[in-house]
Amino acid sequence: MATQASQTASRLMLSPAVLLLFLWMIVPLGMTIYFSFLRFNLLMPGTEAFTGFENYVYFFTDPAFWPALANTLTLVLGVLFITVIGGVALAVLLDQPMWGQGIVRVLVIAPFFVMPSVSALVWKNMLMNPVNGLFAAFARGLGLEPFDFFADAPLASIIVIVAWQWLPFATLILLTAMQSLDREQMEAAEMDGAGPFWRFLHLTVPHLTRATTVVVLIQTIFLLSVFAEILVTTNGGPGTASTTLTFLVYMQSMLQFDVGLGSAGGIVAVILANIVAIFLMRMIGKNLEA
Amino acid sequence: MGEIVLSEVKKSFGGVSIIQGIDLTIDDGEFAVFVGPSGCGKSTLLRLIAGLEDTSSGTISIDGHDATRLPPARRGLAMVFQSYALYPHMSVRKNIAFPLRMAGMPQDEQARKVEAAAKVLNLTPYLDRRPGQLSGGQRQRVAIGRAIVREPSAFLFDEPLSNLDAALRVSMRQEISELHRSLKTTMVYVTHDQVEAMTMADKIVVLNAGRIEQVGSPLELYKSPANLFVAGFIGSPKMNFIAGAEAAKHGVHTIGVRPEHIVLAADGPWKGVVGLAEHLGSDTFLKVQVDGIGPLTVRAGGEVGLNYGDTVGLAPQAGKLHRFDEGGRAVAG
Repeated sequence: MATQASQTASRLMLSPAVLLLFLWMIVPLGMTIYFSFLRFNLLMPGTEAFTGFENYVYFFTDPAFWPALANTLTLVLGVLFITVIGGVALAVLLDQPMWGQGIVRVLVIAPFFVMPSVSALVWKNMLMNPVNGLFAAFARGLGLEPFDFFADAPLASIIVIVAWQWLPFATLILLTAMQSLDREQMEAAEMDGAGPFWRFLHLTVPHLTRATTVVVLIQTIFLLSVFAEILVTTNGGPGTASTTLTFLVYMQSMLQFDVGLGSAGGIVAVILANIVAIFLMRMIGKNLEA
Repeated sequence: MGEIVLSEVKKSFGGVSIIQGIDLTIDDGEFAVFVGPSGCGKSTLLRLIAGLEDTSSGTISIDGHDATRLPPARRGLAMVFQSYALYPHMSVRKNIAFPLRMAGMPQDEQARKVEAAAKVLNLTPYLDRRPGQLSGGQRQRVAIGRAIVREPSAFLFDEPLSNLDAALRVSMRQEISELHRSLKTTMVYVTHDQVEAMTMADKIVVLNAGRIEQVGSPLELYKSPANLFVAGFIGSPKMNFIAGAEAAKHGVHTIGVRPEHIVLAADGPWKGVVGLAEHLGSDTFLKVQVDGIGPLTVRAGGEVGLNYGDTVGLAPQAGKLHRFDEGGRAVAG
């Protein structure tokens, strides 16, 4: 790609793909913005009219809005916390030479391949169910009252389920990073008198910062849009205890058939996600350079 | 302090025996160089002394104490690695201070020692940089700095110069020699480069296939190699080996003569044709095809006006012939 001609050719050949990607993004976004300024209810066809910012006013003044925002942040931060700490711990363990390493690694990665709705159903019916669940059986075995997870701690339960799904991803990325740590550095630190804990703190942890940045960035993007796990388990309840922004948008556009309000919510979610992204890039993006 | 004694040290990985019984004494304050071809076990032997590998059998004692089962940190040795193994996210200052910090030394004393080490190694202007911002030679000096602040009873160097370019290698070689002279601490140095071994060592240990071939001072090894391997390994260019009828005249299986011990003489006993002439200015190396003997490398001093195809007469210098029996062992006299 050095000469003028080859640069022009490369631009020409790239342009269809770039154009397609651009349309792919801009058409839905444009339509959503357009809908968000309409009074558009599926139950009253033919009454669409331009209403300005009315939908946004309704969305922000919805009593479920602030709890949903808080729930979204709690979910994202909670899952990030569990997966990063747990991922580092698992990566350290899996990095040790042991018998059956290949099989163990496949087992660890397995949850990532299970569909979100399926894993949520398994957790709901087989593990956390207060009557038939495994945890309830354990509790009864110990003579305790079974804990009704989705009634008493709905958001925490969803955080656990989502964290379980994302832990393999974090483990995998951190494990590959761990394996690229220079062995001579470890040996040098050993000769310098650093025990296992200090070696971990002074060599492994700094070495993993870049991989952790990647994990946090990618997971945040996906966690902001967690939906299936909530729909399958708590349906956003009890009350608004496990309603996130994504779920609130769904409720308004799909359950109340108010496309205009749902679109406004969608645009608010997009703006919030971008604010989060900017903060993330500012805070940890510099780790990705050089 | 700083005497290292190995006795009957063996090491095998899986079923493969890498070190096959080494007995060696490195005296206090000595500069010992382990030299040998790649895969001869010299780095493994160094790692055994460092404690980074466990011995399969045998004992290692340092300063008269058995250190065979001691962890690396408690052997009082410092090591400089081939890749330097600097901590990439710490500044040079923190890198050098790391062993002191791990030893729990007070802050001000740490700072004093780091400053002193930096001064010795000309690193003072770079103390606040990261290793990634330094050149190869500077990184090497940081690695050495990290070793000297610990005031170890011996330094271990694992091919420290092999990642540097030729010019820098020569100057770092001299720096390490000077460091040894000023610190007077035992140093054990591993290299595959016989020039490094010859220039730096008090004592050279030539290793081959997990065994010691010969131990001695550089000139001892040069003057009286114990066997064909040492004779061929020490000295550059390689010693010429002549077998067959010519060797039989001297009553042995093989004779060896170094390129610098062959003189150009029109009436010499060997006549040959120049196959290749390398003119270096200070020296000229000739590959001469001699009838009935084979190719010989000859070093002629200065500029010699010989080129491809010229016919020359050669004569070995009297008393500079090495004689070897069928097993490759040197024959005296």
